[in-house]
Amino acid sequence: MTMIQDAPITSNSSAAKAPRRFQALIGFGLAAVVLFGVAPVVLGDFRLSLLAKYLCMAIVAVGIGLAWGRGGMLTLGQGVFFGLGGYAMAMHLKLADAEPGQLPDFMQLYGQLDALPWWWKPFANPAFALAATVLLPMLVALLLGLLIFRRRVRGAYFAILSQALCAALAIFLIGQQGTTGGTNGLTDIQGFFGYDLNDPLNRRTVYFVVAAALLAVLGVAWQLMRSRYGELLVAVRDGEERVRFLGYDPANVKLVAYVVAAGMAGLAGALFVPAVGIISPALIGVVPSIEFVIGVAVGGRASLVGPALGAIAVAWARTALSERLPSAWTYFEGLLFILPVVFLPGGLASLAGFLRRRRAPEEVPA
Amino acid sequence: MTLVLSQLFTGISIGAVLLLIALGLSLTFGQMNVINMAHGELIAAGAYTVYVLQKVISGAGVSLLIALPVAFVIAGLMGVLIEVLLIRRLYARPLDTLLVTWGVSLILQQVFRDVFGAPNVQTKAPSLLTGSIHVTDDLVISSSRVFILVLALAAVVALTVGLRTTPLGRRIRAVVQNRDLAAVSGLATGRVDRLTFFIGSGLAGIAGVALTLIGPIGPTMGTNIIVNAFLVVVVGGIGQLKGTVIVAFTLGIVQSMVEYTTTVSVASVIVFVVIVAFLQWRPQGLFTLRTRSLA
Repeated sequence: MTMIQDAPITSNSSAAKAPRRFQALIGFGLAAVVLFGVAPVVLGDFRLSLLAKYLCMAIVAVGIGLAWGRGGMLTLGQGVFFGLGGYAMAMHLKLADAEPGQLPDFMQLYGQLDALPWWWKPFANPAFALAATVLLPMLVALLLGLLIFRRRVRGAYFAILSQALCAALAIFLIGQQGTTGGTNGLTDIQGFFGYDLNDPLNRRTVYFVVAAALLAVLGVAWQLMRSRYGELLVAVRDGEERVRFLGYDPANVKLVAYVVAAGMAGLAGALFVPAVGIISPALIGVVPSIEFVIGVAVGGRASLVGPALGAIAVAWARTALSERLPSAWTYFEGLLFILPVVFLPGGLASLAGFLRRRRAPEEVPA
Repeated sequence: MTLVLSQLFTGISIGAVLLLIALGLSLTFGQMNVINMAHGELIAAGAYTVYVLQKVISGAGVSLLIALPVAFVIAGLMGVLIEVLLIRRLYARPLDTLLVTWGVSLILQQVFRDVFGAPNVQTKAPSLLTGSIHVTDDLVISSSRVFILVLALAAVVALTVGLRTTPLGRRIRAVVQNRDLAAVSGLATGRVDRLTFFIGSGLAGIAGVALTLIGPIGPTMGTNIIVNAFLVVVVGGIGQLKGTVIVAFTLGIVQSMVEYTTTVSVASVIVFVVIVAFLQWRPQGLFTLRTRSLA
C-alpha cells in the first residue's frame, strides 16, 4: 500500500504513543493470564469447551469491529466467511476421520456418490485445508469487495448485499446434500489432526489453541488500528469523499479492512469445528450472521477489546438464559439490539473512555 | 412453449409477491434512507389479522375483504410506532437503524409466538380463489396467484396516482428529493415521515393478507421472504416506483427460470451473482433521482 506512505502524521506523536504501547502490553498480559492461567483452573471441562466456543465468536467480533466500527461497513454477512473457514476445516477432518479409501460417513449414507467430488480432494491435504480456512474467505471477500467498493456501493446497500450473499450460501449448502451434508451440515467430527476429540485433555488443548488465536487476532487488529492505515480507515468512515479528494482511493482502504475481517471470521469458523464438533447452514445463515454483530454493538464497535468482550458476554448470556427461559431470551436479545445502539452507541467501551476522561481531560479516540 | 409460459407465470407471480412487499419498503427506504428490518413482521401482522378475523367472521371471502383495510391500518400503526419511538431518534445514524429494527423484529416474532403459538396456523381461502384457471388445456394458473397479481398492480396504480396527484404525495416526493430544502420551504418533514411510514408499513400488512392465500402463517414467515424484497429495493433504486416494479418482476422471472433449469439452491447463488454484476453497471440501482450530491 504505497499510498499510505505519504499520509500526514496526525495527533499520535511518538511521545504520546509510548505510554499507550505500554498500556496495551499490560492489557495483553492480563488477557493472557486470564485466558491461559485463570480460566483453565477455575472452569471444568464442559465450561471450558463452552468458553472455547465463545472465544470463536469473539474472533469474528474483532473482525467486525475493524470493518464496521473503524471502517463504517456494516457487514451482515460474516457468516459466509465463518462458514467457508468452518467447512474447509470440517471437510479435512471428515476426510481424516474416514477409513483410508472410503468416503466420509454422510456421503455413504446418502449413497449417491461413487467417488469423492473433485473439489473435496485437495482438502485431504492438511496444509492446503489449513491455508484454505483463512485464505478462501479472504479471496471471496477480495473479489466481492473489489466489485462492490469500486462501484461505490455502500451504507445500507452494502449491508443488504452482504446479507443476501449469506442467505444464498445457506440455501446453496442446504440444497447440495450429497456433497455438503445439507441441513445437517458436517457433524460428528472425531479427530483433530490425529488427536481424539473425545479425550477431555485434547478438548482442553483445543481451547488453548482458540485462546491463542484470539490473542493473535487482537494483536493484528491493534497493529492495524494504531497504524497510519488505521487512521485512514477511520477517515474513510467519517468522510469518504474528503479522503477521495485528498488523493486516496477509499475503495482500497475499505477493501483491506473487509478482507482482514473475512480472514478472522474464517479462522474463527475453522476453530469452531473442533471446539464444537459441527458446522451447518444454520450456524452461518442470515440470523447467526446478524447475531455476530450484536456483541460488537454491545461491547463497543470502535474499540479494540470491546467487540471481543461483548461477543463473549452475549454468547454467555444466550447459553445461560435461553436454556431456562427461551421466550425471555428472545425478548432480551431484541432489547440488546435496541437499547445499546440507541442509548449507548459507543457500547460498554465508551463507559471506560468516559471514566478515563474524567480522570484526565485528554482526547480519547472514539 | 406451454412450459415456458407456465414458468413465466410462476415468475410473474413470485414477482407480484415481491412487488407488494418491496413497494412499502422502497417507500420507507426512499423516505429516510432506512431499511426497516421489521418489515417482515409487519407482513406477519397482516397475515395474523386474517387469522383473527376468520375466528370472528366465518365467511372466508368477507373476512378477506375486511382484512385488507384492517391489516393496512394495523400494520401501518405498528410502523408509525416504530418510527416515532426508534427510527426518528437515529436519523443521523441510518445504519444503526438496521440493527435496531432487527431487534424490533425479534421481539415481534416472540410476541406472535407467545400469542398465537409457535406452529404455523391455517386460514381458509375463499372458494372463489381456491380453484384454478385453465388458459389452454395444458396451461393452468391458480386463481389465488392471479388475485395477488391484481392486488399488487392495484397497489402500484394507487400509489402512483397518490404520489403524483395528492398534496401528501407531492410532499412525500419533495422530502425524498431534498429533505433540507423541503424543510426550509415550510414542510413539516417529521409529519410527512410518519405518514410515509404509515403507508409503507400498511402495504406490508396488505402483503401479509395476500400471503395467507399461498402459504402458511407463522411467526417467522416474514424473515424468509424479506431478503429478496430488500434486494429488489437495492437494485430498483430509490425514489421512483418504476424501478421497483420492473426489478420485482424481472427478479421473479429470472428466479423461476433459473430454478427450473437448475435447482433452487443453485438459483439462489446465480441470482446473487447476477445482482452483483448488475450493480457494476448501475451501482445506484436501475433508476435514481438525479441529485447534485456526491454519493
